[in-house]
Amino acid sequence: MSETMGPAAANPTERLLKEELGDRVLAASESHGDLAVEIRPEALLAAARLLKEHPALDYCYLMDIAAVDHLGQDPRFAVLYNFYSLRHGHRVRIRVRVPEDAPVLDSLYSLWPAADWFEREAWDLMGVQFRGHPRLVRILTHPEFVGHALRKDYHSAERHRLSRTYDLFLEEKAGAPPAE
Amino acid sequence: MAGATSGNQSAIPITTYGSPAPARDGVAGGGMPLQWLTTRVDDFINWARGNSIWPMTYGTACCGIEVMSVLSSHYDLARFGFEVVRFSPRQADLLIVAGTVVDKLAPVMKTIYQQMPDPKWVIAMGACASSGGFYRAYHVVQGIDEVIPVDVYVPGCPPTPEGLIYGILELKKKIERGETKPQIAARERAAQIERQG
Repeated sequence: MSETMGPAAANPTERLLKEELGDRVLAASESHGDLAVEIRPEALLAAARLLKEHPALDYCYLMDIAAVDHLGQDPRFAVLYNFYSLRHGHRVRIRVRVPEDAPVLDSLYSLWPAADWFEREAWDLMGVQFRGHPRLVRILTHPEFVGHALRKDYHSAERHRLSRTYDLFLEEKAGAPPAE
Repeated sequence: MAGATSGNQSAIPITTYGSPAPARDGVAGGGMPLQWLTTRVDDFINWARGNSIWPMTYGTACCGIEVMSVLSSHYDLARFGFEVVRFSPRQADLLIVAGTVVDKLAPVMKTIYQQMPDPKWVIAMGACASSGGFYRAYHVVQGIDEVIPVDVYVPGCPPTPEGLIYGILELKKKIERGETKPQIAARERAAQIERQG
């Protein structure tokens, strides 16, 4: 990843993010014509608000949230946000790293409701928590599941059987992260 | 079936309830004509049951496509008398589990099985339903016999329509022999009641 940290960045997304966040932008690079920016986790909400609300950026579409397990590295987890602007036709990938002992990020649900299921999936399979999510419960595995199945230290054949049927709407608290 | 009663009576299959019936005049079961009659009715009922299976489809993956093929005109399961496909477990006696069953779904499948009236049979169709298939993973039931009793396993990924038809015909033979798991369980229950007097 080649860093282009110069002040005269050509890409308006990169320029505006650096103006807004300063040194909380850790790296920026381009890949296949699309921008990728790594930022500090505490700057996520400010960056997201800028991306959505600045008229020159106008990233109205949160396409995907992906969590990656870099086992053995510190911080261990990376969370990637893919944004797309329908008006300008440009994309950006925001990357944040969170440590294993406190894998917590701000939820983007208040800005893009599409974050709802993406963040639940990241919680369910990778164990990343999102502050401010309205109901952060498991979405793919069942409510009695223990652990996070796509972590690299989760044994692939380790199963947790479900003892009974659940009403998905009445018992939605099952599978939520532990209260702080 | 009634014609089979003539001739050598020792060749007639007798389903034993509890202790074997005493012999009289060299005829097995001759000492208890009532029991002898009961086994013949069982044979007749099994014959009827084997020829009038009402399947319920439970397609959760690509095997379901093959089930549809079996039921529709080209392969036409109706040729064998099994055409009354039910979409309510209350009206079905054969559950064809066609596809992958995940841990999250297993209690639902068990509920459906429990809603079916006795006697009821289960066919595990395909690699996933039989053994988990290539999903040796955190989320898939490694064979539905973890959850419900299975009488016939049909191999394949997915099995051909001919394979499923063969499996259903094998189930039919098994029912006529009285060797399916619900039938064995029913006999054991009857024997237990008899022992208790």
